[in-house]
Amino acid sequence: MSNLITVSPSPHVHTDESVQKIMYRVVVAMIPALVWSVVVFGFDALRVTMIAIAASVGFEYLVQRYIMKVKPSVTDGSALITGMLLAFNVPANLPWWIIIIGAFVSIGIGKLSFGGLGTNIFNPALVGRVFLLISFPVQMTSYPAPAGSGVDAVTAPTPLGLLKEGLMNGQPISEIAGNLPAATDLLMGTTGGSLGEISALMLIIGGIYMLIRKVITWHTPVAVLGSMFVVAAIFWMIDPEAYIGPAYHLLTGGAMLGAIFMATDMVSSPMTGKGQLIYGVGIGAITMSIRLFGAYPEGISFAILIMNAFTPLINNAVKPKRFGGMK
Amino acid sequence: MLKTFKLGGIHPPENKFSAGQAIQIAELPKVVSIPVAQHIGTPSVPVVAKGDKVKVGQLIAKSGGFVSANIHSSVSGTVAKLDLVPDSLGYPKQAIIINVDGDEWLETIDRSDALVKECDLDGPSIVQKVNESGIVGMGGATFPTHVKLVPPKGMKAEYLLINGVECEPYLTSDHRLMLEKSDEILVGTCLLMKALNVDKAIIGIENNKPDAIRLMTEKASKYKGIQVVPLKVKYPQGGEKQLIKAATGREVPSGALPIAVGCVVSNVGSAFAVYEAIQKNKPLFERVVTITGKSVQNPANLKVRIGTPVSELITAVGGLPEDTGKVISGGPMMGKALANMEVPVTKGTSGILMIPAKEARRNEVQPCIRCSRCVSACPMGLEPYLLMTVAEKNLLERAESERIMDCIECGSCSYTCPASRPLLDYIRFGKSRVGALIRARKN
Ligand code: SF4
Ligand code: SF4
Repeated sequence: MSNLITVSPSPHVHTDESVQKIMYRVVVAMIPALVWSVVVFGFDALRVTMIAIAASVGFEYLVQRYIMKVKPSVTDGSALITGMLLAFNVPANLPWWIIIIGAFVSIGIGKLSFGGLGTNIFNPALVGRVFLLISFPVQMTSYPAPAGSGVDAVTAPTPLGLLKEGLMNGQPISEIAGNLPAATDLLMGTTGGSLGEISALMLIIGGIYMLIRKVITWHTPVAVLGSMFVVAAIFWMIDPEAYIGPAYHLLTGGAMLGAIFMATDMVSSPMTGKGQLIYGVGIGAITMSIRLFGAYPEGISFAILIMNAFTPLINNAVKPKRFGGMK
Repeated sequence: MLKTFKLGGIHPPENKFSAGQAIQIAELPKVVSIPVAQHIGTPSVPVVAKGDKVKVGQLIAKSGGFVSANIHSSVSGTVAKLDLVPDSLGYPKQAIIINVDGDEWLETIDRSDALVKECDLDGPSIVQKVNESGIVGMGGATFPTHVKLVPPKGMKAEYLLINGVECEPYLTSDHRLMLEKSDEILVGTCLLMKALNVDKAIIGIENNKPDAIRLMTEKASKYKGIQVVPLKVKYPQGGEKQLIKAATGREVPSGALPIAVGCVVSNVGSAFAVYEAIQKNKPLFERVVTITGKSVQNPANLKVRIGTPVSELITAVGGLPEDTGKVISGGPMMGKALANMEVPVTKGTSGILMIPAKEARRNEVQPCIRCSRCVSACPMGLEPYLLMTVAEKNLLERAESERIMDCIECGSCSYTCPASRPLLDYIRFGKSRVGALIRARKN
């Protein structure tokens, strides 16, 4: 009998939490936004998402099995999330082969080249997205027109794209404003944009779900959005004709998607609340610099990747509060 | 808002199945095997030899130094031999084995149940008597109590804290003791206060024992200077540093002892043992043990003589359940897994827990996803994921500067890790290496 008994060091009980459960909660949190994008962009949105997921999971399996020669870990759910996030960050009419290239870059270069789950420095989906943005600028920035927008055109520019174009032509905001979608449209998501970024509301619902289910904490999203708000508000107050109001910035250009789903990626963001605040403020500030002074109308993807690189430094510099004070 | 400690902490399922079971007296064993090292510190030195007749309560091993404790026979009978017996991990340890014959107690022990409140002994005499009676911390740490009662030069105790937290899941022995022996615990507390020369005592009890809080609060009002503080349920609140923080708001500095902030902590079981030692002249040779588990037929709280084999207690609650995968001495968070069921109950055995096989198996280890749950769970404000990595890579200096020695081995990190990483295993390993490094540096 006694050889049937396990002897191992304490603790002898374990939470029923698991990596899979956490990952699948992230997937659940993305479903409202996905459903909304199918409503707006039709079957195309589903097609792009499915291709991205299948390619990501497939590449993870193949590379781990045949190149890295380790036990494939596709069931942990992380490749599924990378695939979904990649799809969320591209236009709903992206050709299938570009999606597959994006998935390969995300998984192969963004994740597995560092050693796989937990070791990657950058958010894999963003590595894929930025690669596509640089390699296929035309396809990556021609967004399909949303259903029921009343526009006959096949493609529709993003709100921030419209804004940037107007400002480049020297128009004041008061003149451009007529062409811009209203804040309520932005909140609901009936405008042009990447597949998963259009509805701020659906993304916020997903974010609240993740907060309640303790997948994320408030620190990163609040720091990103809060700092964007502050920077945008300052410029808007200086010259409302040259700079649009802060609410507009928060509702457009993937700010919600970035703040809630991309920047909060556990692996590539800091460990402590304080560290996440620094990281989030960095993302918000860099995003606003790109939007206000850079060539790209959006910018949060680059900002997150830049701050990902600082995460190890932040982890070294910001320690949790130790019990018994600092020595 | 109920008080609790601030940093970290977890809330594992409580599973206190035996909370409603009154303390029962376990059957006398036929043979006891009493180890000479049941406490932290120097092992005791046997003062009996093979063939000697002993009575219940008779001294059989003498304290081996200042940090050590006397050991008394828990039974009457004949010393069969002094021999090496396997301890919980299977290592041979010296023990005194006694064949039981009848149940003849020393005449000096007052066996009545009558409550004795008055005591004429002065502080130092109480300490002396506690020392003679072999009392140690009964929550599991087994640090000799008399040592705590003599603060180092220049330090003064201000508060006595009585630990009635029982934050380990499953265990209920302290809970039952508080319900059934409340006055005795309070008198014991007064004696400890006198010994320490303090006028304030706090009894900390978690809010999942409302009956004990009610009873102890009501009774405590009749004793001067004792306050019962209900605490929010959170593991590891029974840790000394966490209890002090929760009850007084004071924070024991890194590397220091509770006395550095004017506190001395004792467990309710120890307070009861002090009462019996001083007022009833009864040394420590029996204790309450919770015997429990999800599949156990009749979970119970038994008063057990030290040296009783664990297997007999298991029989007493209906036998080892079919599905048992692990047997633990103590609670599920900090207890020790037993390699064999013949090991004896010692002064520090708070419970015997039988865990079903499917819970006993560890999950497959996955890569760290840097979710920081271990960091949020750590009551000492450490970064377990990082400590595991530096311990694994043998980066001892780094481990030390990341405060690995502050770890209280509560297991909250391993419990909470969704990737099932064996954080505490590696941290323990790291601690032992860093400990050796620090000792080498001193010499
Ligand atoms: S075992 Fe140590 S490192 Fe882990 S949570 Fe407890 S104190 Fe922190
Ligand atoms: S809880 Fe586990 S997975 Fe999460 S950071 Fe700690 S070690 Fe890594």
